[in-house]
Amino acid sequence: MLHAVLGVHLGDLHLDIDLRIDDGEVVALLGPNGAGKTTALRAIAGLHPLDHGRITLDDTVVDDPGTGTFVPTAERSMGMVFQDHLLFPRQSALDNVAFGLRARGASKAAARHAARAWLDRFDLTDHAGALPRTLSGGQSQRVALARALATEPRLLLLDEPLAALDASTRLRVRTELRRHLATFAGARLLVTHDPLDAIVLADRLVILEAGRVTQTGTPALVTSRPASRYVAELVGINLLGGVADGERGVLLESGTVLTVADPLPGQEVSVAIRPRAIALHRHQPDGSPRNAWRATVADLEADRDRVRVTLAGPVPVTAELTPAAVAELDLAHGTPVWASVKAVDLTTYER
Amino acid sequence: MRGRTPWVVVPLAAVGVAYVALPFAALLQRAPWTSLLDEVRRPVVTDALQLSVTTALAATAFSLVIGIPLAWVLARTSIPGRSSVRALVTLPMVLPPVVGGAALLFAFGRRGLLGGPVYDTTGLLLPFSAWGVVAANTFVAMPFLVLTVESGLRAADTRYEDAAATLGASRWTIFRRVTVPNAAPSIITGALLCWARALGEFGATVTFAGNLQGRTQTMPLAVFLALESDRDAAIALSLVLIAVSLAVLVPLRDRWLAG
Amino acid sequence: MKLHARARALAAAWALAAVLTACGSDADGDGERAAAGTDEVTTASTAQGGTRAAAPDAAIEGTVTVFAAASLTDAFEEVAAAFEAGNREVTVELSFASSSTLREQILAGAPADVFASANQSNVEELVEAGAATGAADFVENELQIVVPAGNPGAVKGLADLADDDLLVGLCAQEVPCGQLGREALAKAGVTPSIDTDEPDVRSLLTKVGAGELDVGLVYRTDVLAAGEAVEGIDLAPDQEVTTTYPITTLTDGGNPEAGAAFVAFVLSARGQEILASYGFDPP
Repeated sequence: MLHAVLGVHLGDLHLDIDLRIDDGEVVALLGPNGAGKTTALRAIAGLHPLDHGRITLDDTVVDDPGTGTFVPTAERSMGMVFQDHLLFPRQSALDNVAFGLRARGASKAAARHAARAWLDRFDLTDHAGALPRTLSGGQSQRVALARALATEPRLLLLDEPLAALDASTRLRVRTELRRHLATFAGARLLVTHDPLDAIVLADRLVILEAGRVTQTGTPALVTSRPASRYVAELVGINLLGGVADGERGVLLESGTVLTVADPLPGQEVSVAIRPRAIALHRHQPDGSPRNAWRATVADLEADRDRVRVTLAGPVPVTAELTPAAVAELDLAHGTPVWASVKAVDLTTYER
Repeated sequence: MRGRTPWVVVPLAAVGVAYVALPFAALLQRAPWTSLLDEVRRPVVTDALQLSVTTALAATAFSLVIGIPLAWVLARTSIPGRSSVRALVTLPMVLPPVVGGAALLFAFGRRGLLGGPVYDTTGLLLPFSAWGVVAANTFVAMPFLVLTVESGLRAADTRYEDAAATLGASRWTIFRRVTVPNAAPSIITGALLCWARALGEFGATVTFAGNLQGRTQTMPLAVFLALESDRDAAIALSLVLIAVSLAVLVPLRDRWLAG
Repeated sequence: MKLHARARALAAAWALAAVLTACGSDADGDGERAAAGTDEVTTASTAQGGTRAAAPDAAIEGTVTVFAAASLTDAFEEVAAAFEAGNREVTVELSFASSSTLREQILAGAPADVFASANQSNVEELVEAGAATGAADFVENELQIVVPAGNPGAVKGLADLADDDLLVGLCAQEVPCGQLGREALAKAGVTPSIDTDEPDVRSLLTKVGAGELDVGLVYRTDVLAAGEAVEGIDLAPDQEVTTTYPITTLTDGGNPEAGAAFVAFVLSARGQEILASYGFDPP
């Protein structure tokens, strides 16, 4: 169990977060570059001292500037998987995995014996003697994980563990990593800027922006109800802010009122709209959609088998259409359109 | 890269090669080829060669033992006055070696700052012994190692050391098993430069350790004295020194600096 | 800022280097003139030049270029000044280096009028080559035992150089003062216990002056020039060895009259008086 209250000042960054991870839980710290993710991880690892706050690992305080407590990195029971993996380049995969055991006093033979078992477990039996530069990205990642786990830490830290991999191997390695992470019983903290990594690997997401936590929750919650524009953009969801206008109306900044299906949770609300829920028309629609407004096509962008259409107007959103629909509507930059969305497709929650 | 050769570089490089090669060619041209074998078999030559090679090796070993930690301090810490320390450590490179030798004498000689008390209490004397040659060589040659290793350490990725720390390694273990191996290429290059400089060292050696065949007379000293009386012998000695250096430096440089 | 820091570091390094260099050369300063002994030879010549009678009364003028052995530096500067004082129209240009270097320069066509060598063979070579017209011995220098001030090794004579407990330095046998030293030891029947064969007088004197050696053998003029750091002990009369310095005019000189006048002045009573004050004996 990790409880980290982190206060670190580093240049422009003022990190100030409270993070709790239970045994068996995988938490992903997700945020844009410069948000302080890696600094948070380094502080927890003892590679960067706290300015204020307190880090508790199980029942042990490992860093508390208030009482002058600081347990050096080497004496904290944790393993860390680094970005680029950082396998020692002149040591074999086996010696890399054995390193931590040797450093903690095991004999060479015992360390190698244990390391071999770890390699077996990670399907690396045939690569025991290989030097890191001869390993593939996925193999290297598994060696890094085996190395971090070999000392049987109580906490596992992963810094962008998949960032060093190319897109084609990433999918497979991500799945593997998920499987391997599941075998570890302690607390796990993963830092990433990739929402997919976070959603696939983590039980809970902690969104970090400019040194502060802006949202925390299960991947399903965070992706369906993003609290910040950053997360909304990250997961490809339209996020609008407004205030209650009657029991089922949300008044947007532009003065437009959107009608929702369920009673509003509070006065200040966020409205999330999935891009696919937005329909576009050449003429004013009639019938069931309760919300319709005039808009102009501001941008068109192909995204695999869909086209993302950015709309300018009273409701700034992005819609997602099939290429066939775009052709049929003859959309181009500047085309005037009507946009509509059903009340049931609007998710509202308190800001 | 063939197509990208900036052509102006080629003639300048050729001038560079010629400038170094010509004096050596002239030396070869003046060499007493017929008597060369007899010259190099003389005891004065074999004594000097043996002493030169072993003292240069010993100086390199000492430089490694104290120079690598020194380079580490310069590269990785921010102790106050670090740049002054670096300047001080590199001084022997700019100092005339004879002055360095005199300074060593004033420090470690029988009447020296440190050497005096040591001699008075133990009777140990560094000058006029092979250890004195090693001391002079180390003084002059160590900066080459320190500077090379320092720049190697600066270029090295310190995150490997973080990684080792997260695996439970103590500072000493990290230094020994991560820092030093990662800096190996610069350490080897530095050691070669250091050895080469020690092998050719003259001024500090003669001033501090003196000159006695079999005890303190290294190759450069033997060459210098031979020049006074017998030019053929001096050239023969020089050729031996050059041959030994090339035999060591060429294969090692190729091996360690090619990749 | 980076650049600044670096520039400061560099400046500091140079400043330190300058200080140390200055200290060093100061320490070695004693040896400056002493270095000269290197070029002297052991074989004394009895050649006599015919210029001894010449007097500086003829109207001479212009520049006279004098090449002289480095051991003569201080003495010849005073000799030249005295010569100029007596011949107002003449300027003396002095050039000091080791005798063999000067010989090579003269053979290569350097425009010198006078050559004063610490070495007979250099002058002999010039005469053979037709570059010099004849030579006269003008001073003699003798070997002395040199010890650090206070004589901590309690050295009394050459016999002490055989003492294993003393740190003994000689000039290397490749250089003239080393040959002369060995000659003296052979005369005295002493087998020295040598700790170092110094490549020149200067480095031998430095070590004796610093107290790092207990005893050495150098020229008397070097002992005198080394000042208070060292003391000289004369050899026993039956062990004495000396070397003589020849001086000659040169055939390719640009001012033969003034050259001859300078040589005559060196051999004159006044010239000999000045040389004697630097520890040189008459030949």
